[in-house]
Amino acid sequence: MTNTRHQVVVTGIGLVTSLGVGREAHRDQLMAGTAPARVTDSESFAPYTVHPLPEIDWSAQIPRRGDQRQMENWQRLGVYAAGLALDDAGLKGDLDACASMDMIVSAGGGERDIDVDTLIVEESRKRNDREQLLIEKLTTELRPTLFLAQLSNLLAGNISIVHKVTGSSRTLMGEEGAGISAVETGFARIAAGQSTHCLVGGAFVSERVDMLMVMEAIQGLGKDASAPFWSADGNASGMNLGTAGAFLVLESLEHAQARGAHIYARLDAVLGDRGSRETDRLEQRLTRLADDTGASGGGEDTVVFSGASGYPELSARERAFLQSRFPEAPRRTVGALFGHSLEAHFPTAVALACLALDDDAPVSPFAPGEDAVTSAAANTAIVTSIGHVRGEGIARLTRMS
Amino acid sequence: MSKAAYTDHLGRPLVAVTGMGVVSSLGQGVTDNWSALTSGKSGIHPITRFPSEGLSTRICGTVDFIDIPAPNAVERSFAFARETTIEALAQAGITGEFGGPLFLAAPPIEPEWSARFELGDRVKPEQMTGNAYEQFLAVLRDKADPAFHEAVLFGSISERLADLFGTRGLPVTLSTACASGATAIQLGVEAIRQGRTERALSVATDGSVSAEALIRFSLLSALSTNNDPPEKASRPFTKDRDGFVIAEGSATLVLESLEAAISRGAKVLGIISGCGEKADDFHRTRSSPGGAPAIATISAALADAGLSADEIGYVNAHGTSTPENDKMEYLALSTVFGDRMADIPVSSNKSMIGHTLTAAGAIEAVFSLLTISNGTLPPTINYDNPDPAIPLDVVPNVKRDAAVTHVLSNSFGFGGQNACLVMSADPA
Repeated sequence: MTNTRHQVVVTGIGLVTSLGVGREAHRDQLMAGTAPARVTDSESFAPYTVHPLPEIDWSAQIPRRGDQRQMENWQRLGVYAAGLALDDAGLKGDLDACASMDMIVSAGGGERDIDVDTLIVEESRKRNDREQLLIEKLTTELRPTLFLAQLSNLLAGNISIVHKVTGSSRTLMGEEGAGISAVETGFARIAAGQSTHCLVGGAFVSERVDMLMVMEAIQGLGKDASAPFWSADGNASGMNLGTAGAFLVLESLEHAQARGAHIYARLDAVLGDRGSRETDRLEQRLTRLADDTGASGGGEDTVVFSGASGYPELSARERAFLQSRFPEAPRRTVGALFGHSLEAHFPTAVALACLALDDDAPVSPFAPGEDAVTSAAANTAIVTSIGHVRGEGIARLTRMS
Repeated sequence: MSKAAYTDHLGRPLVAVTGMGVVSSLGQGVTDNWSALTSGKSGIHPITRFPSEGLSTRICGTVDFIDIPAPNAVERSFAFARETTIEALAQAGITGEFGGPLFLAAPPIEPEWSARFELGDRVKPEQMTGNAYEQFLAVLRDKADPAFHEAVLFGSISERLADLFGTRGLPVTLSTACASGATAIQLGVEAIRQGRTERALSVATDGSVSAEALIRFSLLSALSTNNDPPEKASRPFTKDRDGFVIAEGSATLVLESLEAAISRGAKVLGIISGCGEKADDFHRTRSSPGGAPAIATISAALADAGLSADEIGYVNAHGTSTPENDKMEYLALSTVFGDRMADIPVSSNKSMIGHTLTAAGAIEAVFSLLTISNGTLPPTINYDNPDPAIPLDVVPNVKRDAAVTHVLSNSFGFGGQNACLVMSADPA
């Protein structure tokens, strides 16, 4: 098995972002020649700006109301995007294919009951026996099923229930790194012949005050609704969270060809790493990741999908690295158009790269005025992600058609 | 030894275990745990971490004897994992940078209630508008709280372990619910079989018992309410079993290709010979009535190991002591093992340590390997009222000497998670 190397290709894309639902909705906007308008909401969570969930009919991918009720939006979004990817790959409803399909989901945690939490915090201001209060309120106010909507691995669990993907089910956690590891693990297993087809992806909902709290604990969020992603000094303006559900069907080339599947792109390499970011340690590590994934040089037909989070100085370092490593390659700043989607960020960027590699038209800039306009369709895509606190990853993909 | 002796029935590198560490409510370290486990001692005790008055479940298997700098799930889970990894690396004789990947099963992280209360106390009167989180956001806009941020990130445990032990690459933090520990081992085995690495560190830790965690499981009717006496609450495979006992712990396994282990002169403690998994699409908390996914998982693990059902000498059961699991597990086992089932001893470590959730699969893998190397089957304690519908040889109440070459260890979890491991004696 160690000597058997298989090419890994992408045959299904399921994508939901603030720009819309599905592959076509994204293609229509991203390959049209001009940068699409950002879709943001700066009022609901002011002073923060989020890239919200688009209008979506959950029933299209989650037909049973009972299933919808068992989930909150984070799980619904993931299950929905997973269904889109299966549909797109022509595997939806193929019970044999789904029963042997592996699944790797990058996940955080689900929504909390904000009302119950608020009730307890308010009450705690009047009482000294807080631990007793907690037990009183939690035992009477918590909805039993909410626990299941919060459990990290229940996004995958719901995909099994709704779409019958049951070959295996693994949930990876750890913010941005989870998304990198999910793609890396799926890739490594198929390349080594341990798996033939695998559903990989994640979801993130930005319209969650509990998640905004986590990110604001390091004052990482942008607070100026009119600020562009990149500010004039080359730094970023702060993270704006973005809702995204992104799933991919990865297959060995043989498996895809045998069933006559459409191939969006070949995933040539994906690697992640972490470590100190002192002095130039981050740049050294990115250089090694780029070397080891074969991501180098490249002309106008190499497009770099940067997963810069928007965390000001960190994103500036990523940008400087990309400029020196890929001076000729146009960059597409994923976070500028879609917001930062943590566990779903890397899968989203890989999905966007696949769209670009499958199209004859060049991919439009995501950050107008900053991402270079190009006249060439992409033949190679480099995808990066640098976690807002830790974890870095690079993937390289190639056009197949 | 010839090259062929280092590979399995499919020509893949054999994966050896060269170091193990464990912490459970029974104590710290492999020696103490094994001694308590084989003496039929229970680690289950009344809850002291938080007031349990008024709760239907007032017992647990928490680990309260390891110092932590702050009482939260991240600190606790990290501290347990650090201790078991130090122990495992010492046994493996590995010093300095580990130099292989880290696969960590860790509990999902949420802010502690103490942290919410503390944030709530920082809210100024003029900020007391909107919901609690809007108020917290106002506080955090005034003054950042990086320590809080780090305490609620899912990636912070593996980050510290990676730094401390010098693992290589991006560590994988995973959750497959109550199967997580087995999945962490499976990922390590896969990485070695892929040829990506000669060694991997598989760690599974859970220090997440809190009032909210307990209440959540309680609301799903998953926990035993046999509070008195606590050590009798977990009674797998009995007629009056009524739920699992929530518990904590950690285990670390150093995995190496057998060839690499032998070439550096390491002592081989056993072989992870097979891994199987299969998801269940039936229900969020219940298994398919026919047990098909569990059956498929056991069968997949046997096939991966290249073994027939006849070659398994002992089963380390998932055996949670819930009405549902034990019934389903018996159904699955008896389907796979058929007429031989009556002759295969099956015991549940959870009768003594409770259900260590995220850590369970790895802790029980360590105990499975100790079963092989010591020739002793740990008992299922509290087996006073057998369930006639589950006619298993559960090694009732007292340990038993038996030579075992191949052990099956089961792990099943919410969300349709099923993972099984086959562990074998050192072939040398």
